[in-house]
Amino acid sequence: MLLEIKNLHAKVGANEILKGIDLKVGLGEVHAIMGPNGSGKSTLAQVLAGRDVYTVTEGEVIYDGKNLLEMAPEDRAREGVFMAFQYPVEIPGVSNTYFLRAARNAIRKHHGQEEMDAMDFLTFIREKMKLLEMDESLMTRPVNEGFSGGEKKRNEIFQMAVLEPKLAILDETDSGLDIDALKIVARGVNAMRSKDRSMIVVTHYQRLLNYIVPDFVHVLSDGRIVKSGRKELALELEQKGYGWLEGAVNATASP
Amino acid sequence: MTTAIKENLDVYLQSFRELERRGKAPEWLARIRTEAIESFLDLGFPTPRDEEWKYTNVASIARTLFEPAPAVTAERAAERVATQALAELECPRLVFVNGRPAPELSSLEGLEAGIKVMSLEKAVAGGTEPVERYLARTAGHATHPFVALNTAFLQDGAWVEITKRTALSKPIYLLYVTLPGSKPTVTYPRNLVLIGRESQATLIEGYLGPGDSAYLTNAVTEIVVEENSVLEYVKLQNESPAAFHVATVKMQQTRNASAHATTVTLGARLAREETASVLDGEGGEATLNGLYVLTGEQHVDHHTTLDHAKAHCSSRELYKGILEGRSTGVFNGKIIVRPDAQKTDSKQSNKNLLLSEDATINTKPQLEIYADDVKCTHGATVGQIDAEALFYLRSRGISQREARNLLTVAFANDVLDKIKYARLRERLKASVLERLATQP
Repeated sequence: MLLEIKNLHAKVGANEILKGIDLKVGLGEVHAIMGPNGSGKSTLAQVLAGRDVYTVTEGEVIYDGKNLLEMAPEDRAREGVFMAFQYPVEIPGVSNTYFLRAARNAIRKHHGQEEMDAMDFLTFIREKMKLLEMDESLMTRPVNEGFSGGEKKRNEIFQMAVLEPKLAILDETDSGLDIDALKIVARGVNAMRSKDRSMIVVTHYQRLLNYIVPDFVHVLSDGRIVKSGRKELALELEQKGYGWLEGAVNATASP
Repeated sequence: MTTAIKENLDVYLQSFRELERRGKAPEWLARIRTEAIESFLDLGFPTPRDEEWKYTNVASIARTLFEPAPAVTAERAAERVATQALAELECPRLVFVNGRPAPELSSLEGLEAGIKVMSLEKAVAGGTEPVERYLARTAGHATHPFVALNTAFLQDGAWVEITKRTALSKPIYLLYVTLPGSKPTVTYPRNLVLIGRESQATLIEGYLGPGDSAYLTNAVTEIVVEENSVLEYVKLQNESPAAFHVATVKMQQTRNASAHATTVTLGARLAREETASVLDGEGGEATLNGLYVLTGEQHVDHHTTLDHAKAHCSSRELYKGILEGRSTGVFNGKIIVRPDAQKTDSKQSNKNLLLSEDATINTKPQLEIYADDVKCTHGATVGQIDAEALFYLRSRGISQREARNLLTVAFANDVLDKIKYARLRERLKASVLERLATQP
């Protein structure tokens, strides 16, 4: 088991958003987490990445045998956790290449590997750029600055390809993408699928799952996982809408 | 003026008399000096009750009895200067140690023929005509006590004359180094620069002081940029952490002349940097940029003036500050648009990054507009490191400290990236990085 989330509760301010999440992700598995807006999908992704605006009030997360919640965000990243941001941040003045090399070298150093120099790094990223159809000019530009929405999302998956994580969490990577951009992103993600890498794909829409086919689907509602199943669950959800499950929650809640 | 500090003024008068007695200055210069000491005695040192000095208290300068900086041997100077930043720029340079020319550290190799880069004192003694015509014309000593003091005690500095229709291939570097004496010392560097018409030049002015010695540098630079010329001017102030630095840079631009100035302030305990340009011919272009990186108890005050005197000129101004510790910064940016200066296009911006809760910045734009068909904008921001950007970098494996440095350097590079001379730009970036790395 790569990741085990047990009874996870988290709040922002006084507002409880996660109300007891249980989830197990085995090595090499792809899990989709679906749910309506406000159900807590993005909060779950951010808590796993270590964003400190959320306070964990209960529960634990074991990642690769370690207590994930006690680790600083950079240590999680160095141990192989990667989150593709729903809203990637623009960082004026820091070039994309410089940033990525600093990140990859921080991770390599953590594992006792030699740091890559600028030339080696360029050779290494060229192939990944092709995979995601990243224009060369995007590499010398400041991180995400002036990127279109689609370019930003592609840049996230490109970073994932460069950093080669063990656990990738994709937070609504599909939202706002046209079908061509979606296909490029999905191809990048699928190329990264491996028996040594697990993925959690957070999405509001079933469409993405036509291209990134999950092993398991979970439905989140009001801070809890209310239904889990195989990939067919996503289709059923598409047909019946989220209202179907909210009904189900109410049904289980009432005696 | 009732608000001035007038103790110790007689000491200045005393030294002035001595200087006069020893003096071999020509009559015209002696007259300017006398006017200047009279102005100074009349003005005295300003206090915070003077609006122009509201946030900068120079009482510690007024109450210190500074002695003239002693002459130092060439060997001692060489051993201290060689290790300093910017020494490796490999361009024609004039180095001054404790206010005196240091020929053994200077080199004019690579300078185009006909260009004059020399000691101002020598130029005066040699009866160089344009010196008399331009000296003490651009920087007025009647209203500014420190300019008055500098003019009264004016001894040496650089005289730079770029003849017309000359494009310099390398920058000219003027470096002022102060080496500590046993008591607080003072120097009065004075530079006069004339960029002839249709010429192009890069001028670098540097101030360094090793160790933590207390001294005062009171510098004045006057620059005349003649018709259709292009000047890039960069000043690096990296004085000792115990030093006082008061400097005035005044530029006078004629028709279609363009001047781009960047002031980088890293050093001194207390510094006042005044940079001004008068756009006195149509089609002129001025840029005043600045970067200050402050820590500890440092206090740095930037006062800038963009004076649009004629029509169809544009000016741009970007000052950025990074403040740590208990440091304080002041930015006062004045834009004057005179009645004749229609179609003026001016943009000013001051942005500050406060890295500690105890750092303070006072920022004030000042617009005086007397023409009606103009475009002027200004803005100021004060902020902290962006928490989302910090998390983004950390979530990729970059340590908190490195992420903070990366974001801080990125903030600073916005100013440094606008410097055209690449070697200097990279050298300055390294200086800023070093400086940030040593901050507690």
